[in-house]
Amino acid sequence: MNTLSRLAVLSSAAFAVSGALASEPFPSTYQVPAGSPVLIQGATLLTGTGERIDGADVLIADGRIQSIGKGLVAPAGARIVDAKAKWVTPGLIDIHSHLGVYASPAVKGLDDGNEATSPVTSNVWAEHSVWPQDPGFETALEGGVTTLQILPGSANLIGGRSVVVKNVQGATYQAMKFPGAAYGLKMACGENPKRVYGEKHQAPSTRMGNVAGYRQAFADAQDYQQQWDKYTRELAEFNKKKAERADGAAKKSKDKDAAADKELTPPVPPKRDLKLETLAEVIKGNIRVHMHCYRSDEMATMLDVADEFGFKIVAFHHAVEAYKIADRLADKGVCAAMWADWWGFKMEAYDGVQENLAMVDFPERSCAIVHSDSGDGIQRLNQEAAKAMAHGRRVGLNVPPERAIRWLTANPAKSLGLEDRIGTLEAGKAADVVIWNGNPFSVYALTEQVFIDGALKFDRAHPPLKPRSDFLLGRHIAEAPL
Amino acid sequence: MKSVFFLLLMAVMGGRCATAQEFIIRGATVHTASAKGTLKNTDVVVRGGVIVAIGSDAGASSAMIIDAKGKELTPGLFGGLTDIGLEEIAAESQTVDSTLNFKSPEWDQQWRPELDVTLAYNPRSVVVPITRIEGVTWTVLAPSAEDSIIGGQGSAVALDGRYDAALTGSRSLFVQMGSAGARVAGGTRAAEYMLLEQAIREARAPGPIGQGALLHAAGKEALSRYLMGGRVVFQVDRAADILSVVRFAERNGMKPVILGGDEAWLVAKELAKTNVPVILNPLDDLPMDFDRLGATLENATRLQQAGVRIAFSSGDTPQARLIRQLAGNAVAHGLPWESALAAITSTPADIFGLGATHGRIAVGQSADLVLWSGDPLEVTTLADQVWIAGRPVEMKSRQTELRDRYVEKVKAHQAR
Repeated sequence: MNTLSRLAVLSSAAFAVSGALASEPFPSTYQVPAGSPVLIQGATLLTGTGERIDGADVLIADGRIQSIGKGLVAPAGARIVDAKAKWVTPGLIDIHSHLGVYASPAVKGLDDGNEATSPVTSNVWAEHSVWPQDPGFETALEGGVTTLQILPGSANLIGGRSVVVKNVQGATYQAMKFPGAAYGLKMACGENPKRVYGEKHQAPSTRMGNVAGYRQAFADAQDYQQQWDKYTRELAEFNKKKAERADGAAKKSKDKDAAADKELTPPVPPKRDLKLETLAEVIKGNIRVHMHCYRSDEMATMLDVADEFGFKIVAFHHAVEAYKIADRLADKGVCAAMWADWWGFKMEAYDGVQENLAMVDFPERSCAIVHSDSGDGIQRLNQEAAKAMAHGRRVGLNVPPERAIRWLTANPAKSLGLEDRIGTLEAGKAADVVIWNGNPFSVYALTEQVFIDGALKFDRAHPPLKPRSDFLLGRHIAEAPL
Repeated sequence: MKSVFFLLLMAVMGGRCATAQEFIIRGATVHTASAKGTLKNTDVVVRGGVIVAIGSDAGASSAMIIDAKGKELTPGLFGGLTDIGLEEIAAESQTVDSTLNFKSPEWDQQWRPELDVTLAYNPRSVVVPITRIEGVTWTVLAPSAEDSIIGGQGSAVALDGRYDAALTGSRSLFVQMGSAGARVAGGTRAAEYMLLEQAIREARAPGPIGQGALLHAAGKEALSRYLMGGRVVFQVDRAADILSVVRFAERNGMKPVILGGDEAWLVAKELAKTNVPVILNPLDDLPMDFDRLGATLENATRLQQAGVRIAFSSGDTPQARLIRQLAGNAVAHGLPWESALAAITSTPADIFGLGATHGRIAVGQSADLVLWSGDPLEVTTLADQVWIAGRPVEMKSRQTELRDRYVEKVKAHQAR
């Protein structure tokens, strides 16, 4: 092995061992845009911290929320937005999106969401499938969504890494990538993996096959990590000896130690395995597990699997039966990301109830989230929450707007590990802000303005300000006959 | 949770034998979905399952009175074109009866216009109560087929659990056009017309079926009926296809209805001129395929402004209950509130030939009524009480029972 290739091996070893620190082979190029300060005045604020403040202001500058409160003074050069009778919320966050990986139009050439060729594909990264020109991004923005997690599909037990993006237009996904956001790992319970692989006459074809699959994958990852740990120890030993030898060489002329004459051989690093590397990072807590799981019994099984291998599931997605184990989820500090009312399209969705969100939200330390899993639903996350509020109210589970907004903001931010940066209207947070034409928990509510990092990205004014996908250019020309 | 209304009604009306009795919904805000618009503080009198009077202080003094306290009353809602009662769980094929599939090779077209999917309807489906307690009292069963563009026939059904649920006069023929149809028509949408033309000639030709025919004897008979002004629902989205379908249908004596119609707004003038209605999903705004590049949230508004009759349908079976959300969003994007209500009540009733008995609050109409907790098109509003043909619906379903089984357990846990 020549010196150059040895260096390459060593640097890749450093990458695998140091984990999240060095694991940025596809770094974000997103930059907070410069712009003048904005003062939003006189609105009803739902802060995302559980508070509602009427007749209050939000001051935005340098991409951040500078302050909220009544009677704020506009700094020089600030743009004033009169928001009397308007409502202001943090930008909405959807932690379950397939925009870009299952883009519109839904043609074969853009069908990039499931690497359904093996039940464990922890080596694939959703970002490499994201088509930044998906017109779904701009309609989601119009719905107030400023941050989204894009996941691989649920064909596989372990589908691959997610990517968190800011909902900004870019010619590359790196230009959208949320700087510093941790990766997620998409995993899936139940019917999808067992159907996809069962139909191919391979494992898994049953739920017990599913669980065996997760466990073997993580057992392999433990073994892989042990190999790297051993290598790291041996490398340290080797380096130490080498240093001693170098030290000894200086005194060589007078010291004739026999052992020193023996050739020192460096340890051979294990071969990098991209599947196990990702799973090892999960065990180390650097990658966050988001798991598609409908049934309460399977969620409970997965909590045990996670304990067995020492990793944490941050959120169950879909979680149609989460209401059956709402207390357990809250006690474990696991979020449940849900639809308001989807049910019945497959057996594991048969027990859906419209009170799911309100019931999961009820216990102390709960973390209920509204997610979409849909290019349509992501445009109306506020309406999903509104429906769940109404059904909760009917059974005595009152969720006021200032609490419900957390389902769309603070709670999803927490599940992404971004609660210090987004999800609330607080000084110092990113200025991801939505101005609504009224109470957002109404079918008639529309966004008026959407800011991302303090920059106005959507404005329903006439003419409207909105991004336009390259794909849609020319459409209006084709639509008008000569 | 029991519905207070329901308990009251059951107590006074003595359960299911209530149809002959008279009751009055007093002091409601009545959205008639008719030319009369909205009537404040109005009574609706029901006898024998039918609305017999609308006004103030109407009805006999002996009638049971339900005090609406100003709440809003609408006609029972249309659930769209669905597989309710034909499908329990979409992913479990043994529970699905909505799709004809002989698994024929592509060259062996299976044209079965004689299929009437209404015969497969199961009024005991759990989807029926789940849907009707949200105010949806009727739907249109829309069959499809895997081996041809002809889906077969379907009818409107009432969602009150009766076995003979089909509503007379609503039977229609369903045809899949556009790129989805081309898939089973030899790969080009032009062949959809070619095959339709062939089938129509066979249907019109006297005598027995020849070699290589598309139709069987029963199919000839069935299709013939639609060539004499029968209602044919064409699923089609692309503007050019919509125009072709309208011209083709009229040339052949069919009464066309456009289903889908994501690009219908582009040909709104022609649709208005020919009085062809469009059943659309007003939430469709993504260019999901190359037939729908013109999809926009303003489709409903633009069609209405051009004078086209519109009705709404998501086509979703388990979520047919969300029809109000479609209407509410259309209002948010410019459609007048009354037009949005009509699009889920009177207009679909008219389209399917039921306008004389369904879809409006008017004397002589079936007493399919919903009393709401607030604005009927608002997502935070729920149905307080639903009546179908004058009978109060027990406001329960498998889902409310599931909820009730677990909600107390949740509440017993340490509250936030």
